[in-house]
Amino acid sequence: MAVLVIAENTNDELKDATLSAVTAAQAFGGDVHVLVAGSGCAPVADQAAKIAGVAKVLLADDPAYDHGLAEALSALVISLADGYDQLVTPAGTMGKNFMPRVAAALDVAQVSEAVEIVDANTFKRPIYAGNAIATVKSSDAKKVVTIRPTSFDKAPGEGGSAAVEPVAKVDAPALSSFISQELNESDRPDLSSADVIISGGRALGSAENFEIIERLADKLGAAVGASRAAVDAGFVPNDYQVGQTGKIVAPKLYIAVGISGAIQHLAGMKDSKIIVAINKDEEAPIFQVADYGLVADLFEAVPELEKQIG
Amino acid sequence: MKVLVPVKRVVDYNVKVRVKADNSGVELANVKMSMNPFDEIAVEEAVRLKEAGTATEVVVVSIGPKQAQETIRTGLAMGGDRGILVEYDAETEPLAVAKLLKAIAAEENPDLVVLGKQAIDDDCSQTGQMLAQLLGWSQGTFASKVTPGDGTVDVTREIDGGLETIQLKMPAVVTADLRLNEPRYASLPNIMKAKKKEIAMKTPADYGVDMTPRLSTERVEEPPERQAGVMVESVSDLVAALKEKGAL
Repeated sequence: MAVLVIAENTNDELKDATLSAVTAAQAFGGDVHVLVAGSGCAPVADQAAKIAGVAKVLLADDPAYDHGLAEALSALVISLADGYDQLVTPAGTMGKNFMPRVAAALDVAQVSEAVEIVDANTFKRPIYAGNAIATVKSSDAKKVVTIRPTSFDKAPGEGGSAAVEPVAKVDAPALSSFISQELNESDRPDLSSADVIISGGRALGSAENFEIIERLADKLGAAVGASRAAVDAGFVPNDYQVGQTGKIVAPKLYIAVGISGAIQHLAGMKDSKIIVAINKDEEAPIFQVADYGLVADLFEAVPELEKQIG
Repeated sequence: MKVLVPVKRVVDYNVKVRVKADNSGVELANVKMSMNPFDEIAVEEAVRLKEAGTATEVVVVSIGPKQAQETIRTGLAMGGDRGILVEYDAETEPLAVAKLLKAIAAEENPDLVVLGKQAIDDDCSQTGQMLAQLLGWSQGTFASKVTPGDGTVDVTREIDGGLETIQLKMPAVVTADLRLNEPRYASLPNIMKAKKKEIAMKTPADYGVDMTPRLSTERVEEPPERQAGVMVESVSDLVAALKEKGAL
């Protein structure tokens, strides 16, 4: 039977994490179908139809799915579950929100944040904030899995030509309603899918000083991240946080500036391909995971770096 | 308004966990155990609702070994009114826990269930959502602000890219994120008072819930170690090294 991937998307954009979920789904061996839910999201379905390896796209285009409310979205997925042996979605805040409802309704255990699909029943997933990796075997007939996007390659976004099939709205009691959203507007790439990330820590000292990080990021086309200390100090918004309780990232290049390297920060970035650390304190634990370490005053080193990249 | 707060006893967040030599799990013997930090935030939020006059009773529930009574006592010392412990010695899975909590909710009739967004041992982040589904209730996950209204509750949620505010019809399930509040330290008089508060002792059989795990742990291993690299002397050296690697 086929695998259903529930896309992570806004009404006008398919998130890259969906491409990783498609790769993960292919490990099960069946046809891969992608569900795109939203309001006015037909262009997203067309985008999903082009993903290499996708056999069919299901489009649920209805105001009920406008903001991805968990109750409505899970009711939709539950109604489709009969036709699938495996249900897969990225472990972003959207997937984490609705997917356990699906698992509960189907009476199966969810496998959260799988980093490897060993076989159709066996999965590897991090526990204790990534300080251990557990291999778990599921005895449920149907599998409900969220995957960590950075652990799977992105399926090519071009090359496929799947048919798009509309699915009707599923009636669900209106238990919740959307009030408002405050998204951090920025032209920089998304933290969870950026190739390069520059993160700043408490040593930046203030929100104003964080600008040197942002300037360097813009020069490199990088995303901006931060340690929990910098977020708690109010230098940057919450969703900049990289770490165990923030975002898990794995870019090609991660530059940690003025970050000491608390264990909870390392848990969020240690899978990056190349790690650079710039810190005044040569004893900082971040140097133990860095490929390249530079002991320097960040207020001199970062502008210099910006200049030399030029 | 009655608030139910499920809490989990987990390895203290300051402990560096070690994988057992036989790869069967992590070392739990003689390790400091505490309340899951996200659940502590949930208790704090419930107690604040009571102090604000919104909540009338805060019931702290745990599913775990006998020692989880201490975890419940911590919640009672923070301001919870009474506790319920469903005694179960083996590892718990979110689905079974959600089934137990559903049965407890049926007895207690809370207006709000507040719990942590995830436990820091298995990192599943499922229990609240599963409970909401089993009860047919609304949910507000990853909450950084909770504002009760008349028969509703507004929840501001931490989502990828920013914040979102939704309104839930009560009864509802709310899961606490890190920035919802800063939990208090229980004062000594309150710790003493908590010793006299009632904790009802139950078993999964009392609620007719089958605890058989659906996932078996085949192996637990250390994550791949990252080797420390080289120290560079200057920004120029760094740029040269990164260019050589093709990273710039």
